[in-house]
Amino acid sequence: MPDEPILKVDGVSKHFKVGGRTLRAVERVSFDLGAGETLGIVGESGSGKSTLGRLVLRLLEADEGRVVFQGEDLAKLASNELRSRRRDMQIIFQDPLASLNPRMTVGAAIEDAMVVQKIGRSASERRHRTEGLLERVGLQPSAVDAYPFELSGGQQQRVGIARALSLGPKLVVCDEPLSALDVSVQVQIIQLLQELQRELGITYLFISHNLGVVQLISDTVVVLYLGEVVEQAGADELFERPQHPYTQALMRSVLKVPEELEKRAPLVALAGEMPSPLSPPSGCPYHPRCPLAMDRCKEEKPLLRTVSEGHMAACHKAGEAVTMGSAPAVLVTPSELAAS
Amino acid sequence: MAVVSATVGPGVRVPRRHAQWWLAWRRYKRNKLAVAGAACVAVYLVLGLIGPWVAPQNYAQANFLYANHPPSLRFPFGTDGLGHDMLSQVLWSMRNAIEITFGASLLSFAIGVTLGLWGGLRGGVADMVIMRLVDFMFAIPQFFLSLFLVVAMGRTVWPILLAIGIPGWAQYARLVRGLVLGMRNGEMVEAARAFGASRAHIARRYLLPNVSNSMLVQIAFGIPVDLTVMAGLSVVGLGLRPPLPSFGNMIAQAGANVLGYPWLMYFPAAIFAVILLSFLFVADGLQEALNPRAEDGGRRARRFGFGARGRLF
Amino acid sequence: MADELLSVEDLHVEFERGDSKVYAVNGASFSVGPGETLGIVGESGSGKSVSVLSVMGLLRGSGQVTGGTAMFMGKDLLKLRRRQLEDIRGRDIGMIFQDPMSSLNPTMRIGDQIMEGMLSHQYTSRKGAFNRTLQLLDEVGIPEGKARFRSYPHEFSGGMRQRVMIAMAVACEPQLLIADEPTTALDVTVQTQILVLLRQLQLKGRMGIILITHDFGVATNVCDRIIVMYAGKVMESAPLVDFLARPAHPYTVGLKGSVIEVGTKAHQLRAIPGMATALTEPPRACPFAERCQLAADRCLEELPPLRPLGLGHYVACHRAEEVLAAAGTTVGAQVGGPVGGQVGGQVGGQVAQGVTARA
Ligand SMILES: Nc1ncnc2c1ncn2[C@@H]1O[C@H](COP(=O)(O)OP(=O)(O)OP(=O)(O)O)[C@@H](O)[C@H]1O
Ligand SMILES: Nc1ncnc2c1ncn2[C@@H]1O[C@H](COP(=O)(O)OP(=O)(O)OP(=O)(O)O)[C@@H](O)[C@H]1O
Ligand code: SF4
Ligand SMILES: [Mg+2]
Ligand SMILES: [Mg+2]
Repeated sequence: MPDEPILKVDGVSKHFKVGGRTLRAVERVSFDLGAGETLGIVGESGSGKSTLGRLVLRLLEADEGRVVFQGEDLAKLASNELRSRRRDMQIIFQDPLASLNPRMTVGAAIEDAMVVQKIGRSASERRHRTEGLLERVGLQPSAVDAYPFELSGGQQQRVGIARALSLGPKLVVCDEPLSALDVSVQVQIIQLLQELQRELGITYLFISHNLGVVQLISDTVVVLYLGEVVEQAGADELFERPQHPYTQALMRSVLKVPEELEKRAPLVALAGEMPSPLSPPSGCPYHPRCPLAMDRCKEEKPLLRTVSEGHMAACHKAGEAVTMGSAPAVLVTPSELAAS
Repeated sequence: MAVVSATVGPGVRVPRRHAQWWLAWRRYKRNKLAVAGAACVAVYLVLGLIGPWVAPQNYAQANFLYANHPPSLRFPFGTDGLGHDMLSQVLWSMRNAIEITFGASLLSFAIGVTLGLWGGLRGGVADMVIMRLVDFMFAIPQFFLSLFLVVAMGRTVWPILLAIGIPGWAQYARLVRGLVLGMRNGEMVEAARAFGASRAHIARRYLLPNVSNSMLVQIAFGIPVDLTVMAGLSVVGLGLRPPLPSFGNMIAQAGANVLGYPWLMYFPAAIFAVILLSFLFVADGLQEALNPRAEDGGRRARRFGFGARGRLF
Repeated sequence: MADELLSVEDLHVEFERGDSKVYAVNGASFSVGPGETLGIVGESGSGKSVSVLSVMGLLRGSGQVTGGTAMFMGKDLLKLRRRQLEDIRGRDIGMIFQDPMSSLNPTMRIGDQIMEGMLSHQYTSRKGAFNRTLQLLDEVGIPEGKARFRSYPHEFSGGMRQRVMIAMAVACEPQLLIADEPTTALDVTVQTQILVLLRQLQLKGRMGIILITHDFGVATNVCDRIIVMYAGKVMESAPLVDFLARPAHPYTVGLKGSVIEVGTKAHQLRAIPGMATALTEPPRACPFAERCQLAADRCLEELPPLRPLGLGHYVACHRAEEVLAAAGTTVGAQVGGPVGGQVGGQVGGQVAQGVTARA
């Protein structure tokens, strides 16, 4: 729908130094995102999702690549210009308690953001807005006087959401925004985010491990593995026809609520060594765990290529009608437990 | 109204500017020793401040007629070989001790916090230099540095204050820097950066409020250390130059005649010990009350006595 | 039951906030046996974390246990002295906290933090603790433990911090593990790996687990019994088989109807409408009544007790039988409230106004 993407991420990488060695957190990630769209980001824990979110907002400096937001290359902005742009780009942090100042009440925390961005003419106007926002994320307006440690995990998370929304941003990086909420509140927050998107055209980068939520809220989804995009497609397309073996493994690992006890499936852990971003495997980063791996996968790195219209995957076998083979490593059946 | 409003911080009302202090006080109250310590410290401060006015005699006034007089109604703590009234000496000593130790602690604190904050925030070379200096300070016992400075500067109130205060900064610098480093890369600061807060704003509204508690505790632990250093200087004959009275001077002199005139030792030493212990209890209580999460550190310090905290020798 | 590992009875916890009180837990009872897994689900802010924290003597702020018992190995944890609790904590009872970063020391290396627990409880020697730390890092899926040993918490991803907490919690092979949302930051494959690891520990040492979670997929796949909390009270306590097939509390039914799974479409979203009662006073009637589609006069007047419904199945609802009877028909639609679109429409509109109104 949009002519010009609001966010262009072009080949960004980030490497960290860990004990003298190089840790590849994000490796040449690119995508475009139009105003009012949602990009879902999924991937293994430690695969660089949060780092990517920080790079997009220039909370971290990229080692290479460019981030263009609203037509401006963020890396070229002077620090005071960048600070004023921050009003348009916000982040909901993964660890809500850690992102709040323990010495500030909820109200002070949210209002401080508005003070910094000079939003609201008076303290009472800001207080009024804050109370309204709190109510909208499902907290009592009176929560303004609570300290973060006096709230439950889910309440803290909603304070983070309210703070991010308080500036009226155009782009919000949502890093696990729902993980501490009960399922009913999750639904309410999703509806809130979608409604805001419809009304104001907010763009979301939605990072989550909850695949159902990602499918529901995203237009496009990228799958990260060891800092690289291994698959990218429209949400429904990705969930209906996953092409990369890792994506398939992810989907297989989703724990469904069984209808009755007898239908409970055994827990199956993914086979193979956990990969290390300190020494990423040669060739395809997924080959040590991939049930379909062939010799070529060990040597030649598969490039991200189009498999079908709007669907890209970085796998030599993508596009062939791959079966979702698996090699269970550890199997614990419910009956095993019953026997104990 | 809004349908999105599930559970809520129930009853989160009440204007509560002081809620944190109130909670801290509740935790503090639980520690009976700390409460007793605080009472003693309060008495000490009051006596120290009004002491010179209520003291029966001036510290320098000698009554040769009453030399080495045992405790009596007229001289409740007795007198020493020059006929100094020991009660007056004790009161004047408190005055000197308060001036010197509080002054010295504030000085250490100011130097330490500035350098620690600077190093922690800036990083890089500045930080490295500061940390090497801190290491250097830690390698040499504070006492010897003070000793050296006293020899260089003299033995009245100000030089001694400086001699004790200057070497003490490293404790504070290391603590502040550690705390700032821990926060600098954390999500709290990142969140503030994310909405566009400047460095100065972050230092003022986010970092300083979060180090202030630890600083208070550190000061409370630092004062007994300074008291001990001050007394130590007297014991080796380099403290406040008599006739300026100090606990160290009294104890050092009394040590010589402890058999003949034991009261010269009993009263000053007992009072000095009570003051030292009170500060330690207060510091301990503050630690628990203000830094409940650092409880482990506190517990360890208690187990090791204050050697763990106030590296004295 | 006599052979329970931890058995909490009628727990009450209050907080003071200035001149008002927060009744966070109002008579919660639950228990877990050796080798058993108890799941706790429920509303955000319903006292799940506070319940387990109070049992461990770790309440924050002004929290006070005002009633109840918590028997663990013949001792009432609520009556122990602090020192005695400290001995039990970390050695006999392991705890995974909900907020990993705030429970880790930001200035201490990851490896040292894992070792610390083992050393302070004299679990093994220094050398042994070091080796076990490497082994634990590997087991929770953090490869190259030697290189990662010296990292600081901020150098770890959210999920890696969570796994460090898990490693710390199981380091001394506790008899009871209390896990407060242990896998929220983990992707589904690592999550499964962790759940398998916990299950193996459980099979090996008959460890009991209390698992607090919002993820119904996790709860229903690993727990033997699930309790549902609301407003500081246990609304339903059911063996898994009943939780799956015969949920008897309208709140449980509503929650189950809100679960989002892969393939859920926007028009299928269902939130429980309404707002929870403020906990400024202890509940006198059914705390869920205001939001309950089945609420009758009696529900607004009388506190429903937690009463047995079937074998090991307890529920605190006056009309549980009717809920059960309605099952199989259209319980979701009936009890779960209006469909999402409507709810979102109202809410979003308001927010949109709030957010556009910039200065
Ligand atoms: N400041 C840092 N210094 C060193 N390494 C870092 C730093 N920040 C992140 N990393 C490393 O980068 C990798 C990616 O981390 P990131 O937080 O982006 O993961 P993630 O995908 O968000 O994972 P999760 O789902 O667990 O939150 C991890 O291996 C992490 O250890
Ligand atoms: N220190 C405190 N002071 C005052 N109130 C508190 C404090 N800690 C918790 N509460 C209140 O007690 C209630 C229960 O909190 P708790 O953390 O147990 O919720 P929870 O069930 O774990 O929720 P979540 O799923 O969101 O983590 C909340 O309403 C919270 O606001
Ligand atoms: S007791 Fe009444 S109001 Fe409460 S859940 Fe049952 S039916 Fe609903
Ligand atoms: Mg992350
Ligand atoms: Mg909780």
